[in-house]
Amino acid sequence: MFWALSAPSLALAAFVSGISLFGSHDIQRRVVCLLLVLSGMSAVIAGLAGLLASPITATLPIGLPWLPMHIRLDGLAGFFLLVIGLLVSAVSLYSMGYMRQLAARFNVTTLYVFMPLFVTGMLGVVIADDAYSFMIFWELMSVASYFLVTLDHEQDANRKAGFLYLLMAHLGGLLILGSFAVLYATSGSFEFDVMHNAVLTPTWASLSFILALCGFGMKAGLIPFHAWLPEAHPVAPSNASALMSGIMIKVAIFGFLRVVWDLVGLEHAAWWWGGLVLTAGSSSAVGGVLLALQQHDLKRLLAYHSVENIGIIAIGLGLGMIFAYYDYPTLAALGLVAALYHTLNHALFKGLLFMGAGAVLHSAHSRNMEQLGGLIQRMPRTAVLFLIGCISISALPPFNGFVSEWLTFQAALMAPQLKGTILAALIPFSAAMLALAGALAAACFVKVFGIVFQGSPRSQGAAEAHEVDGWMQLGMAIPAVLCLLLGVLPVWMIPLIDAVPDILVNATLGESVANSGWLWLTPIAEARASYSPIIVLLALLLAGGVFLFIQYRGAVKRRTAPWNCGYSYPNTRMQYTATSFSQPLRRIFANLYQTQDKLLRTEHGNTLLTKKIHYQVHVQDLIWRYFYLPIRQTIEWLTRQVDWLHEQQIHGYLTFTFITLLILLGMLL
Amino acid sequence: MSLWIWNLIEALLIIGMAPFTATLVKRLKARLQNRRGPPLLQGYRNLAKLFIKQPVLASQASWLFRAAPYVIFAATSLAAAIMPVILVATPLTSAADIIALVALLALARFFTALGAMDVGTAFGGMGASREMTFAALTEPALLMSIFVLSMVAHSTNMTAMIDIVLNTGLGLRPSLAFALAALGLVTIAETGRIPVDNPATHLELTMVHEAMILEYSGRYLALIEWANQIKLLLFATLILNLFFPWGMAGSPDPLYMVIAAVAWFGKLLVLFVLLALFETWMAKMRIFRVPEYLGLAFLLAILGMLTHYILEVGV
Amino acid sequence: MQVTLLQQWVGVAAAMMLLVVFALLAQRHMHALLRWFALQGIVLALTSALVANVADVPELYISAILALILKGVLLPWMLWRIVINLGMHREVEPLVNVSVTLLIGAALVLFSFYVSLPIEKLSQLVTRNTIAIALACVLLSMLMMITRRKAITQVVGFLAMENALFFTATSTTYGMPLLVEIGVAFDVLIAALVFGLFFFQIRKTFDSLNLEDLEDRQ
Repeated sequence: MFWALSAPSLALAAFVSGISLFGSHDIQRRVVCLLLVLSGMSAVIAGLAGLLASPITATLPIGLPWLPMHIRLDGLAGFFLLVIGLLVSAVSLYSMGYMRQLAARFNVTTLYVFMPLFVTGMLGVVIADDAYSFMIFWELMSVASYFLVTLDHEQDANRKAGFLYLLMAHLGGLLILGSFAVLYATSGSFEFDVMHNAVLTPTWASLSFILALCGFGMKAGLIPFHAWLPEAHPVAPSNASALMSGIMIKVAIFGFLRVVWDLVGLEHAAWWWGGLVLTAGSSSAVGGVLLALQQHDLKRLLAYHSVENIGIIAIGLGLGMIFAYYDYPTLAALGLVAALYHTLNHALFKGLLFMGAGAVLHSAHSRNMEQLGGLIQRMPRTAVLFLIGCISISALPPFNGFVSEWLTFQAALMAPQLKGTILAALIPFSAAMLALAGALAAACFVKVFGIVFQGSPRSQGAAEAHEVDGWMQLGMAIPAVLCLLLGVLPVWMIPLIDAVPDILVNATLGESVANSGWLWLTPIAEARASYSPIIVLLALLLAGGVFLFIQYRGAVKRRTAPWNCGYSYPNTRMQYTATSFSQPLRRIFANLYQTQDKLLRTEHGNTLLTKKIHYQVHVQDLIWRYFYLPIRQTIEWLTRQVDWLHEQQIHGYLTFTFITLLILLGMLL
Repeated sequence: MSLWIWNLIEALLIIGMAPFTATLVKRLKARLQNRRGPPLLQGYRNLAKLFIKQPVLASQASWLFRAAPYVIFAATSLAAAIMPVILVATPLTSAADIIALVALLALARFFTALGAMDVGTAFGGMGASREMTFAALTEPALLMSIFVLSMVAHSTNMTAMIDIVLNTGLGLRPSLAFALAALGLVTIAETGRIPVDNPATHLELTMVHEAMILEYSGRYLALIEWANQIKLLLFATLILNLFFPWGMAGSPDPLYMVIAAVAWFGKLLVLFVLLALFETWMAKMRIFRVPEYLGLAFLLAILGMLTHYILEVGV
Repeated sequence: MQVTLLQQWVGVAAAMMLLVVFALLAQRHMHALLRWFALQGIVLALTSALVANVADVPELYISAILALILKGVLLPWMLWRIVINLGMHREVEPLVNVSVTLLIGAALVLFSFYVSLPIEKLSQLVTRNTIAIALACVLLSMLMMITRRKAITQVVGFLAMENALFFTATSTTYGMPLLVEIGVAFDVLIAALVFGLFFFQIRKTFDSLNLEDLEDRQ
């Protein structure tokens, strides 16, 4: 428990030093980042303690007299503390170097003040044990991140993005509050213990579930509530984006697990709960990656990929809920573990990718992929680390993304156990959508790595890029190494997180996973499916190594101009651009994108003598057009109807006051 | 321990026979077109020539360009080692199931595409873009037809899948027929044969795979060509052993193994004759008809899954 | 033959029926469409003969022969002649594009599976597994009627629906009373003749058989 409390306390200490030490930027940077690193590490230790030991609760005398702050450290809280702590430590190390160059352009004191508050908010949400402290820390997290998003508030577009973010964060918070209100009404107390044991009628349970799904879904970025993600993440500074995309949306997943799986309890679940989550997850996965493919802004692309990965996590959760409803606790645990493993993986590789994007932005001064290129020569170490992130997110062995996708597929393949229901036939559809999303993600990351790092530089900034400093490399190296380790050693990791399925569905996978020894991952039974990442890795190294050995004795290489089928030396304009790479998909899925393109030719007076061609293509988010815009128009219409209330003269306002007074007197008597 | 050695021998068998079978297909096609075709050992001679030659690299090629062929070859040969060829139960099938096999091939494709983007030519970008697009559309169809198989077998372990077909006799299962059709269409797309891609072309309008490896030469090109040949043999063996596994050896008894090897080669011959006929009969499709073709494969796989539930699982 | 093997063959026939209906949905060429329609009639005849053998209902043999002659040979031939005389060889793109139509079709199969689950649980027949597929074929033929633009392909959809209803009858109740079947079969034959006459008249008056041209435009 000490460690669980020390983590947010250290973060608060960082906040305090952020405020007070604004004298010297250097000292401020070092102290704040160091304290955040320590906070992250203590969160990791607390997380491990929570996972391995039995649950502890405590009551702190902070808060209102009749509402003290309750905290709890159990398996679920422990797992998410682990996730938060790992990434916070890595990002803080990265910030040591990143803030230095950020200070040149912005007033970074804002960052030093609000980033620790943001971390405190997230840590507090995870260990909260009553609804009141949960909401307080939740709001702290949202508001602090708003200030992080609007760091660069000089630009109009950034302010709009920040406003959309704040609006949706608060809307989500209201929905979550509604869910807690339902639970409070039925149990009579704010404390999670009492809520957990309360008995709910089906309607109330479903209402609470819907409110929680919408509220936490809005924060996590499930379709159709994802609109703020691609707006807010690009404009925030890269270490903030890494934290937001890596951990904040996972805290929403934690909230969903805590409220729906733990407090409401899956015993109250209706048959359609799991199906709804599964559908939302599948559409997020495919929709997110399809939109990501068409972006040319590096960070916006990564933000859409976060939508996709949250969809994959939701698929795992939906599968777990379906199996729990039909009374298969081990299979429910499998779905849950797949989702949790993917949560951890995504935090690591998305954090890594955002940090890499920040490094690229810092060196080449642009996020626009159409202006980058050739960075593998100029930033070799960043390129390697970014490549590890790309391979992991594309779910390729032997890295960690493949393990969580494999587990999700295994969970989906258990569908035939649900004999005689329509869900048994629907679940393979979701698996097909997952496969589609995974393959499209691989395509997208070939595009990202190929356009940004390979080829030749497309602008002056890219041509003059330099490698980033040691702190930033260290911050990126930690998640990269963890990606490899988590990919190779899932057999150690899954029993470690066993406490979570035990609490939520009363089943554990630990024994069956490690049944055949430390080498083989056998989620349910060895005859069913098994995977040995260590053997795969060793075999890959062996096969590659044999030929590398041959290479040393082979002919010496010769360097010259590229062959290019006999055409002359290609210049940078002849390469594929980000837009051209995704053109085949744009054409195939034209109905989903509703592309609008414009072609302008400047000529020397004759069509045969073209001076310049300008091609512009715009891809729409259909959900923005058919879901958000009509809502906005309805609200605007409604407010216009009420406008007359604001346009009165003195007589009008006096009349309002008089009528209100009459009504109140009438009600009183 | 001896099972591991047999597994290694099987892997070396596939890797070693790959150039021969690729040349065999070429020769069969040539015969159908009234030509004589290359001599059967030409594949080996080509590879040997490429290994000896000096590789020529573009001046802006990075370390990734040089490392990619090794990764491609390693991933493809590991995928080949996982696939049971003669013995039904080999130890590596427990190390990596059929989903891992698909993922290993995806790893090889990922690095091919990265190698293509490395030099910054238009050909590389075009090949990478088209290949990743088609791969994205192939994956759902491939995985769905594999799911039909694993739902029938209640496992994704390839040994278990082969066992089920061997032991439950000649049952008539429409779901497996649909899955076979889907897998056949997907194989044509994945191995880059007509009508999806022309393996013998050097025109950019029709290139997908050839465009990606345009800049490679010497031993790098040798490794990539070899990996491509292994992939064709791997997919052929996959189809034969998952759907028509009769003849495979249940235990490492020398007599059974010899019979299994002969059976395997005989079945391969039939399959390759069919492949050559198919390639000669069909013309290459327009690039943007390929998504329809892959959609057809996906539909067949879905029909397989639906008929499995409706007709075979029943109530 | 033993019952289980025959049951499997009935399952295969049902799967073929489903495949043929999907193929009808996706066809663009008129000649190919008619060939698949003829194939549907033949599969129908085979199914009736199989069920007659499995369930020991000799009447179904007569239904099978009737189906083979009428639906496998006569109707396709009549439609063929109409198509050749009208000179239409190609269909325009259907209302929604082919991929979306096929996806809707897959969803319809799932829906009919869901709907027929309780019926399948109650049924005692050997062919109870195929009830869902039969219902799906009916719905898919109706989808074909909805999503096509040329009048003649709508007629083919109508006839395909009739085939699918016949198939449903075979799988749920071992066929309809023979009198009803003969009556329905001849009704359909007369309908096809009448359609043919009407098509010539419409073409002569409006110069086109495209439904959009026949609608009242405002």
